[in-house]
Amino acid sequence: MMISDAMEDEEKWLAEGIAGIQHNAFYMHRALDSNNLREALKYSAQLLSELRTSRLSPHKYYELCNLLFNFNMRAFDELRKLEIFFKEEERHGCSVVDLYELVQHAGNILPRLYLLCTVGSVYIKSKEAPAKDVLKDLVEMCRGVQHPIRGLFLRSYLAQISRDKLPDIGSEYEGDDDTVMDAVEFVLQNFSEMNKLWVRMEHQGPARVRDKMEKERNELRDLVIQHLDLVRVDGLVVGKNLHVLSQIEGIDLDLYKETVLPRVLEQVFPDEYHLQTLETLLGACPQLQPTVDIKTVLSQLMERLSSYAASSPEVLPEFLQVEAFAKLSSAIGKVIETQGDMPIVGAITLYVSLLTFTLRVHPERLDYVDQVLGLCVKKLANKPKLEDSRATKQVVALLSAPLEKYSDIVTSLTLSNYPRVMDHLDNGTNKIMAVVIIQSIMTNHAYVSSADKVEVLFELIKGLIKDLEGDSEDELDEEDFNEEQNSVSRVIHVLYNDDPEEMLKIICTVRKHIMTGGPRRLPFTIPPLVFSALKLVRRLQNQDGDVSGEENPATPRKIFQLLNQIIEALSYVPSPELALRLYLQCAEPAPGVEAANDCDLEPVAYEFFTQAFVLYEEEIADSKAQVTAIHLIIGTLQRTNVFGVENRDTLTHKATGYSAKLLKKPDQCRAVYACSHLFWVDDHDGIKDGERVLLCLKRSLRIANAAQQMASVARGSSGPVTLFVEILNKYIQFQKQKGGAMGEKFDTIKV
Amino acid sequence: MVLVMAIGDLHIPHRAMELPAKFKSMLVPGKIQHIICTGNLCIKEVHDYLKSLCPNLHVTRGVYDEDARYPETETLTIEQFKLGLCHGHKVVPWGDLDSLAMVQRQLDVDILVSGHTHRFMAYKHETGMVINPGSATGSYCGMTYDVNPSIVLMDIDGLRVVVYVYELIDGEVKVEKIDFKKTSATT
Repeated sequence: MMISDAMEDEEKWLAEGIAGIQHNAFYMHRALDSNNLREALKYSAQLLSELRTSRLSPHKYYELCNLLFNFNMRAFDELRKLEIFFKEEERHGCSVVDLYELVQHAGNILPRLYLLCTVGSVYIKSKEAPAKDVLKDLVEMCRGVQHPIRGLFLRSYLAQISRDKLPDIGSEYEGDDDTVMDAVEFVLQNFSEMNKLWVRMEHQGPARVRDKMEKERNELRDLVIQHLDLVRVDGLVVGKNLHVLSQIEGIDLDLYKETVLPRVLEQVFPDEYHLQTLETLLGACPQLQPTVDIKTVLSQLMERLSSYAASSPEVLPEFLQVEAFAKLSSAIGKVIETQGDMPIVGAITLYVSLLTFTLRVHPERLDYVDQVLGLCVKKLANKPKLEDSRATKQVVALLSAPLEKYSDIVTSLTLSNYPRVMDHLDNGTNKIMAVVIIQSIMTNHAYVSSADKVEVLFELIKGLIKDLEGDSEDELDEEDFNEEQNSVSRVIHVLYNDDPEEMLKIICTVRKHIMTGGPRRLPFTIPPLVFSALKLVRRLQNQDGDVSGEENPATPRKIFQLLNQIIEALSYVPSPELALRLYLQCAEPAPGVEAANDCDLEPVAYEFFTQAFVLYEEEIADSKAQVTAIHLIIGTLQRTNVFGVENRDTLTHKATGYSAKLLKKPDQCRAVYACSHLFWVDDHDGIKDGERVLLCLKRSLRIANAAQQMASVARGSSGPVTLFVEILNKYIQFQKQKGGAMGEKFDTIKV
Repeated sequence: MVLVMAIGDLHIPHRAMELPAKFKSMLVPGKIQHIICTGNLCIKEVHDYLKSLCPNLHVTRGVYDEDARYPETETLTIEQFKLGLCHGHKVVPWGDLDSLAMVQRQLDVDILVSGHTHRFMAYKHETGMVINPGSATGSYCGMTYDVNPSIVLMDIDGLRVVVYVYELIDGEVKVEKIDFKKTSATT
């Protein structure tokens, strides 16, 4: 295959290059040992010629260079040895000035320049010429190499050897003039030349070759970062140069502001400087070419500043003082404006960075957070719904950030622009975002305790609450739908306030919203609301508080009326079994509450039972469902002690009647003997009607007999014997309880 | 030594959002050999969660369960004990010991586990035990006021069972222990 061939070739060339270097190095060492300058120069030039190759990728080229000038330790590299030799004038007898002239005779430019730099290093050290002059010469001469890889490595070598020889304040190379400026000038020039080479790498050649270039460029960048101790900025090579710059003592804030900063757009400098000069820095941004990835630069700047804020909280006031937020915000605005064809995802990404910055640096400034969201809304204003999936992703990131930052959902609910941003999401993503919001609430165990906030919340999750425009019926997977609705169900439980009036308002707000959900959603959303309301009733029944002060007091009666209406909505689904259960739930009295309190609830409870019976009569047709339903009715009725004699009689009569009419005889039998408990309640003032208990049991017995007869006719077997055992159990049970008061009206039982 | 967890009446999502965090952190998959659930989960998510704790999951049908396929009653034998499971809403009067004892005899089990009342109860008599694990989420119940979340763990070893009940009271998990020995092995 082509690629592996190429790789094999490269390995071969590298091996050849290394061999060449080693070969020439051997001879060079011999020359150095015998102090033979001529030979030393000859072999060192040959050695350096290996670097003239253009066949190696950056990684391989680096390996080659490493033999000559080790990037990290300057201990054993070949050029270092040469440098030492050059320095010791007594060994070769040539003055450094002459040497500087001599090496320029080397045949090819690359070896010539490497040698020149090496001599230059010695030259500066000798102090026979001002450092700045030599440096200036070198940085200009290196222009002779315009090949990107070769040029970059050459300039890197220059940076390396010049590092400790810069004319800084207090250094031994300080000259008469303004030396710090010279040092800065040199570094910056080397840096900007390197940039140009870098850019050239990107734009060279036709597209297919450019891809290769891109790969090489990335390789080179990674290399340069790994080995050359650099800071990475997309699109810009930040060399040892700038790291060096940052070490120069002589640079103070003013110098930085006026001179250095306008030429540099990167981040090696201390954060305080960046913060103070934010305006200038940002002023430069819109003027940059669109090809410069300004988004990344700005994002990284904001990232850097927020880390700074996080690590040193004491500088936070400075952020306010320089109005960092305002400046960043307007800079981003300008960039988006000037780059009119920036795709929407680009703009939103910038807003995400700004929001992250704001949440980290000014989390308490909700107005700033809201402002960022507002900017986003403005940007999205012309498009109804987002369709670009990357942009959508960014919007989701934007909306999720405040949820993650603020554990109290109510904080996010106060951001007025939040719902407006959500409106721009397509229906599917809107729902996903709604689920994210609910999950955030559940994870943080946050409560929403006012009706207003509940209103806002339901506005945000409206995609789950009701069908949105453009929703299509068949799109929804049933399991997904159920999961969605279950999460809405669950979130209803965190809508809570201790104050009964407010709680009632919350319940009414929730009710208003869930009623728009349609028949598919009501079975999910109504039950939790019902139980929420029942809990409120219980709280009211147990408190002794005086409600006379309240304008619109919450009373159990009012809530029961509301409950009636809510449960009634289930008839639209229709969901009679669920409705029956909920009616019975409402009819159940609060345990431990004085009977007196319940007195005015008698008609309410009666109404609930009536509704339950209506459903039973008219809607519940399945026999199994009927059995369960009747047992629930009996169980609830058995515990309800709020009724007067008449009402109770009516209800028990109905219950026993229906029990006897169940489809299967065994079911009838069991339901009827269950009814026997309706006439004997073990409370202090509960009904204890032994006669009617017996009547029930006898009736149950008759049914059991009939069942047995049917069975023996049909199958010739003895039929459901267990029924008799059960009835006997009941007799005994009642006997125990009454202590014989029931009488001895046992019937003989056929077994 | 077999660990059996009895749990029920979670009522998620109708009456509760989720299992209390303190219980969730206690329940680690792989430690329990059986889970018996009285019913009223109510949704598949809860079923899946319980299943992830232990593959031997037995559930009986409660009043509000979404899945209609759960049986009304179930029995299983563990070591020397026969356990019976039912939700209890069909046993009238609800929570009445005599009525529950009848069910126990009907199912012919040593220990009957049932729910519905949301009140923890463990009642011994010479032929067996009736246990109600209460409501794991402490959810609203018509018949019981002030429900504390509770679950039951039974450690069955031959003829002996130790019943641990975990109750969440004021944010703290409190444990109580009840011992029960069978007089003779299962025939």
